[in-house]
Amino acid sequence: MTDTAWIDAALTSARPQAVGALLRYFRDLDTAEEAFQNACLRALKSWPQQGPPRDPAAWLIMVGRNAAIDEVRRGRRQEPLPADEAISDLDDAEAEIADRLDGSHYRDDILRLLFICCHKDLPATQQIALALRVVSGLTVKQVARAFLVSEAAMEQRITRAKGRVAQANVPFETPGAIERGERLTAVAAMIYLIFNEGYTASGETADLRKPLSEEAIRLARLLLRLFPSEPEIMGLTALLLLQHARAAARFDPDGALILLEDQDRSLWNQPMIAEGYALIDKAMRHRRSGPYQIQAAIAALHARAATPEDTDWTQIDLLYGALEVVQPSPIVTLNRAVAVSKARGPQAALDMIEPLAERLQSYFYFYGVRGALLMQLGRNDEARTSFDRAIALAHSSAEAAHIRMQIDRLMRDSAQARAKVGQ
Amino acid sequence: MLYALLCYHDEDFVGSWSKEQDAAVMAKLAVVQEKLVKQGRLGPVARLLPTTAAATLRKEDPPLVIDGPYAETKEQLLGFYIVDCKNLDEALEVARELGQANPGGAYEIRPVGTFAPGGKLK
Repeated sequence: MTDTAWIDAALTSARPQAVGALLRYFRDLDTAEEAFQNACLRALKSWPQQGPPRDPAAWLIMVGRNAAIDEVRRGRRQEPLPADEAISDLDDAEAEIADRLDGSHYRDDILRLLFICCHKDLPATQQIALALRVVSGLTVKQVARAFLVSEAAMEQRITRAKGRVAQANVPFETPGAIERGERLTAVAAMIYLIFNEGYTASGETADLRKPLSEEAIRLARLLLRLFPSEPEIMGLTALLLLQHARAAARFDPDGALILLEDQDRSLWNQPMIAEGYALIDKAMRHRRSGPYQIQAAIAALHARAATPEDTDWTQIDLLYGALEVVQPSPIVTLNRAVAVSKARGPQAALDMIEPLAERLQSYFYFYGVRGALLMQLGRNDEARTSFDRAIALAHSSAEAAHIRMQIDRLMRDSAQARAKVGQ
Repeated sequence: MLYALLCYHDEDFVGSWSKEQDAAVMAKLAVVQEKLVKQGRLGPVARLLPTTAAATLRKEDPPLVIDGPYAETKEQLLGFYIVDCKNLDEALEVARELGQANPGGAYEIRPVGTFAPGGKLK
């Protein structure tokens, strides 16, 4: 790895801790970010010559604080800091200073930094944009690219989000257990949103947005290292890994979606599946179930099936049943119906989804599933109507192409059936 | 004499490598490993999954299972086993049995990501 690549990676991995600590000192996001930027510039000058510091985050916090302190009036209350002499000889003292500065705060610094990004007044897209910019350190240009908007528009969006956050007055005192738990839940939801921004992308945008999924996994691992005994954070991390493990198999060369059962399973990322499986296995031992764990367990059953026929649909049906209890939603029931059709047949599945028709009337996937079930029952005309509806509602060309493929299959099957009758 | 080389690094840092960077490092390591295999000097090589996937069994009475890696620094790494298990429960079962034979200290249980059995030692 070249010097610059090494330094880039070190700055990226140190960023959440460093910006989080600087935010605690300065209590202002812009000041903290600016201080971090300054420290990075100095790192780029000094690290190639003097070699990397033993603890890059501590180095960046100290240098960033010093750089910013001159520019900031000391009106507000700040954490007591070591004297400047202690900081000047960073190479020897940095590890010790880091302990003194951050030992007890490290975890809450990062959690706070993530938490201010998911303020409930911010729309989801702004939460994600802010987190990618502030926590992950993506440039405005990179974030704009991932969201398919202009750089100027994204700049404006992030500035507006920061304004909201500044007014929100997130407390800087160490949070209590209940508050910490609430922050953790909100942050987990935001990480899942980031992941889905990457995961649901298709076609030509998939490559642009894939880094979002990878970033979400990095943040989930970070969160899990801070909270190693939280089964839902294990579940979240497992879920992201197990879904992302299939990334290479999810689209054909034309960018069209390939269904799970048609995917080339040799393209699945086995170490990622192993990690996801190890995490969900560990989480289940806590016997404190939750939506992420259940979804991860479902994903694990898919990932562990060597062929589609090996899938344990009965178990998946049961897990969706459990998910319906903790997180009732027509979408969950719709997904359950797919498992039910495999485990108990298409009629049982159709009976399960018919009551959802009104609530899911503008949901493309509902008509896709309904069409497929009707097709299996040989009710081809009704299936055709349902597929047409799905195409009309599809959000992307990949979704539409996928339904068209189903229709082709339907036409082929009915042609074969007619041919059989004619024999 | 056999030597074990234990690999340490900041996993946050290694985790922030891109897939290409990771693959480039692995390819360079493979060159060194192949040379050692040809010389009949390389035993098993394992790349462990991140510490987030780890659990630790403290060999107290009764043994205590903790999530996450072994974090104490007052004890030293004295050895390791590679065991084939269906799941964490089975691995803990093995660890408990070993712990009864040799109480005190702890076992960190880390799933292995990639494993190469290595060549035949001369």
